[in-house]
Amino acid sequence: MTQSSTRNKSYWRATRKLTLRILLAWFAASFGAGLLLVDLLNWVSLGAYPLGFWFAQQGAILVFVLLVFVYARGMDVIDRDHQSDDR
Amino acid sequence: MDLTQLTYLWVGASFLLYLGVALWARATSAGEFYVAGGGVHPAANGMATAAEWMSAASFLSVAGLVASQGYGGSVFLMGWTGGFVLLAVMVAPYLRRFGKFTLPDFIGTRYQSPTARVVAVVCLLVASLVYVIGQMTGVGVAFSRFLGVQPETGIYIGMAVVFAYAALGGLRGITYTQIAQYMVLVFAFTVPAVLVSLKLTGHALPQVGLGSSLLGSDRPLLDVLDQVMVDLGFNAYTAPQPGSMLNTFLFTASLMLGTAGLPHVIVRFFTVPTVRDARATAAWALLFIAIPFSTVPAVGAMVRYQLHASVNTGVSVVAGPEMDLFDAQGHLPHDQKTTWMKEWEETGLLKFSDRNSDGLIQYYNDQSSDPEFLARVEVAGWKGNEMQVNPDMLVLANPEIARLPNWVVALVVAGGLAAALSTAAGLLLAISTAVSHDLLKGVLNSRASERSQLRAGRWAMAFALLIAGMLAVNPPGPAAMTVALAFSLAAATLFPPIVMGIFSRRVNSTGAVWGMFTGLILTLFYMFAHKGLFFIPGATFTGLLGGPQGFLGISPEAFGVVGAAANCAVAWGVSNLTAPPPFHIQNSVRGLRRPPGGGLE
Repeated sequence: MTQSSTRNKSYWRATRKLTLRILLAWFAASFGAGLLLVDLLNWVSLGAYPLGFWFAQQGAILVFVLLVFVYARGMDVIDRDHQSDDR
Repeated sequence: MDLTQLTYLWVGASFLLYLGVALWARATSAGEFYVAGGGVHPAANGMATAAEWMSAASFLSVAGLVASQGYGGSVFLMGWTGGFVLLAVMVAPYLRRFGKFTLPDFIGTRYQSPTARVVAVVCLLVASLVYVIGQMTGVGVAFSRFLGVQPETGIYIGMAVVFAYAALGGLRGITYTQIAQYMVLVFAFTVPAVLVSLKLTGHALPQVGLGSSLLGSDRPLLDVLDQVMVDLGFNAYTAPQPGSMLNTFLFTASLMLGTAGLPHVIVRFFTVPTVRDARATAAWALLFIAIPFSTVPAVGAMVRYQLHASVNTGVSVVAGPEMDLFDAQGHLPHDQKTTWMKEWEETGLLKFSDRNSDGLIQYYNDQSSDPEFLARVEVAGWKGNEMQVNPDMLVLANPEIARLPNWVVALVVAGGLAAALSTAAGLLLAISTAVSHDLLKGVLNSRASERSQLRAGRWAMAFALLIAGMLAVNPPGPAAMTVALAFSLAAATLFPPIVMGIFSRRVNSTGAVWGMFTGLILTLFYMFAHKGLFFIPGATFTGLLGGPQGFLGISPEAFGVVGAAANCAVAWGVSNLTAPPPFHIQNSVRGLRRPPGGGLE
């Protein structure tokens, strides 16, 4: 295998891993905590918020913002590690 | 100064601001026309994207729907923000790398097919048109209150204003103008939210206020609201409606997929300088969207609480869990309606009727099927709900209901107008581009002159506005629900070919075309069945689906995901039965997976 094709494979593998992790967290915060588990989580309180309700209306949004920045930062690192910065 | 004067003042001031910024930007040649980007910092571009995103539907309608549905309104909150995550990690950077400038361009090139391009344009036009209908509904509500007319008249006036605004074109497209718009929007939305939160809970930050106790007691706001609503036969505010899980799931998913497939936001990512900037812009855009969106739950819950309190003094935190909402002494008499009630009644968005002729207003859920509750209603002599509230009016009415000063009321109206005009104009521009650049130049006549393109674009805008306006007069529902339909359409038709085009080398033009058709026909069929053929009221045909609750009780807004699944299945199946895409295209797709500098730039 040529050096660039190893680099390509490694790049895509790293990208895929990051993407899948982000999507997992995305799903867990919204469909998971805010939907499928909402009745369960509502037994717990965050301040005076039922927790499930809080996730659906506030928490998920918070997680999403964190995720997009984590993704952007993470991809920057992957780009750098694979030797070129986009010009 | 009275309310109307103040409203004109705020609206006038904000428009002057946009004009000033636009002129400044033009003068320093920092402006652009049809497409944005070019050296603008991702944070600035993100803010402009957020301004584009914050439409009349999100500004006015979502909070209203959250107020009327409680937990159920979460679909909009999660759906429209979560979709951005999809956009950021699965779509935007790859589209930017592919190098095309519009969505149909991408489809046409990736699938090497003018047919695919045309089908994409058709899908885009259908989704955008439905989106504009939703926006015009919002415009109608905003103008209706602003000018004291029926929403119908508000729509006609709005149509004229929107067209003028869009045709001015250059103004709208300038990134810095949209940044100014964003600031106005957020200011107009946040000020009343903060003031109401202070008034009800003593906390300035609405996100904290929502999770605290009502002022003057230690009972949590959400607790009291839950109880009030249950006592009146509604579902509890913080709890999901029993049996709605599937629909809520699909609805949220449809909004998310649609977000990653709708053109007028995607197009912003085509022209950022680098792929890295595409990711950064998406991140900043979501941050700036999240700021107002995270105050929506508080606005919704607090206005709902105050709505109940305004017609029933029994809604008292002091009385605690023993508050009796059936006590007629607490009911507001019809002839003692407050000013805001009377003024809103004139718009037709708020309706009163004395069903049991007792002179008092009873606001409750007369659609309840709880036998215990119905028995109590029977005993109390209530004969039907006497106050009908169109959810779209709640955000505009919020400062009035809370008795905030006039300048706040006027500010919210100005913000609502700005949001409505801005997004409607943006959508019309997207429609205009699709017709002039993608359809006319891309397919029909590649030598079409700039002038004929511009002309085609303007005609398309006028036509779309006309149709949307006419249909908005009898809208399929509140603004945000109609917008949700548009997103469902985008989810079912555009999201699949985009994502499959990026991640699969095997999906070819025949597959994509058949997939898009499938998604479009299925979803339109389902929507028209529920909402009426071409959204004409009364022309529904749910009989063909086994009744309105047939097909697993999935609402038309939630159907997008089903359409998307069908689209993918058909596209995949047909692609595998026909020839693979040409080798150089497969290479392009592979190129999207290489490190920057090593692939397609």
